[in-house]
Amino acid sequence: MRFCAASDRALLVYLGEEISLPVHERVLKLLRVLQANPPDWLRNIQPAYCSLLVTFDPCVTGHAEVEVALREFEKRAEWSRPSKPRTVEIPVCYGEEFGPDLDEVAKLHQLTPEEVVRQHSCQSYHVYFLGFAPGFAYLGDLPPALATPRLELPRRRVPAGSVGIAGRQTAVYPFATPGGWRLLGRTPLVLFRGDRKPMSLLSIGDRVRFRPITRDEFQQRVQA
Amino acid sequence: MSSLIVETPGLLTTVQDLGRLGYGPLGVSPSGAADPVALRLGNLLVANPPGAAALEMTLVGGTFVFPEGAVIALAGADFGPIVNGRVIDMWMPHAVPAGGRLNLGATKNYARCYLAIAGGIRVDSFLGSAATHLLSGLGGLQGRALRRGDVLQLGRAARHISQKRASPAALNILRPHQNLRVTDGPQVDRFSEQLKHAFYRTPFRVSEQSDRLGLRLDGPRLSIDDGGEMITEGVTLGAVQITPSGQPIILGVEQQTSGGYPKIANVIGADLHRLGQLRPRDEVRFERTSLAVARSLWIDQERLLSNPAQLFV
Repeated sequence: MRFCAASDRALLVYLGEEISLPVHERVLKLLRVLQANPPDWLRNIQPAYCSLLVTFDPCVTGHAEVEVALREFEKRAEWSRPSKPRTVEIPVCYGEEFGPDLDEVAKLHQLTPEEVVRQHSCQSYHVYFLGFAPGFAYLGDLPPALATPRLELPRRRVPAGSVGIAGRQTAVYPFATPGGWRLLGRTPLVLFRGDRKPMSLLSIGDRVRFRPITRDEFQQRVQA
Repeated sequence: MSSLIVETPGLLTTVQDLGRLGYGPLGVSPSGAADPVALRLGNLLVANPPGAAALEMTLVGGTFVFPEGAVIALAGADFGPIVNGRVIDMWMPHAVPAGGRLNLGATKNYARCYLAIAGGIRVDSFLGSAATHLLSGLGGLQGRALRRGDVLQLGRAARHISQKRASPAALNILRPHQNLRVTDGPQVDRFSEQLKHAFYRTPFRVSEQSDRLGLRLDGPRLSIDDGGEMITEGVTLGAVQITPSGQPIILGVEQQTSGGYPKIANVIGADLHRLGQLRPRDEVRFERTSLAVARSLWIDQERLLSNPAQLFV
């Protein structure tokens, strides 16, 4: 466990120094314990691959006290059992205008576009955390054969529902935002809706599977 | 019920309150007023709770009509407010008669002006807040900036005004300035002494490509030799990230909640409202301080903001 002040009201706690499922399980357990017993000074928690950013009320407490408290929470978290992961299937129409980078990615790895689609959709992914934008889930790990660097020049606008890859990660853009991930396809599902419960289709700790669909199915599901 | 009609919206006008803190696990950043101090003072001047929903205007204000009249106050940057052809003062309540029209122009000093209205603005709450989050199109009025012809509903309020105005002494303490005090960021050790020196000794200029998500700064490039690769982690409001090209980006209220760029510093809580008042082309300097000093400055500021005797005359 390593602690580092992020600001005058936030402390980063690192539960490991690598992206791995065991480290992430510790992140998830500490998050759950904190959420179940929120201290009065707690203002926000931002989980990530191997860390939690804990924001507190500086009128009530300080970094040293929060660190002591988090060490106690971590002891309790060690004994907690992780909840069973939920699996969410995400239909994806790969290629063409939905996945403008599919051909380029295939070329980079000397694969056919079909093989990229097969590899992207033949395994399940772990939701490490939601970050960047509401409902944006960082999914991993991508098969090593598909690991691809981000675009040199990010797009100014990536359409909502776009499925992208970057490094060993993959994700679905919930909103039309700027973005530098390489786009393989698009899902007709809405990832985040303020008037739905739960608002986010995905949450931390879920498992995700991508299922290739045809254009027809995509259009039908968009209209549905 | 009373209402407000948007005749012209201004450059970027949104409904904001103090934002929604606590939804990090959903990837939702707080949003809310970029200058929360001005929003709070504006609300207090019209006898609202400090976090009531108000309008945030950016660089150029709009024209608004109050068919049933209203008690209003303008706080933050001076956009030259005029009611029915008469110039009115900032930082004090005014009674606008039924059918009255409020005109605002271009800013005379800082980036954002707040229009607080007695009773507050009534919009659907999203995750407990009225704040507009433009990126996701959530909160505020349909998750977007105001447009010509929009009609906003106002909350119930008394029509009389208290005679108080904000105290010049308090405003002087809280006034925006271009020296941002910062504490060390979590990756400060990855920056060489030379880069840190450049960061603290050279002025930067706020880029035109700045918005509520973040302020991009032009000035010396601060690229780390190894490229600064790191594992993505949670990021805080006011974090000063350095992109691979060496450009600093200070995260604003509508910030992304996680990021993978190393952070050299973080703006202290007591200066976050000043961050919200920086305009494109403004010069910015960073001044390093300790966590202990930052915390005591914040506590002093909160004490001032909760003491009407000091805030108003």
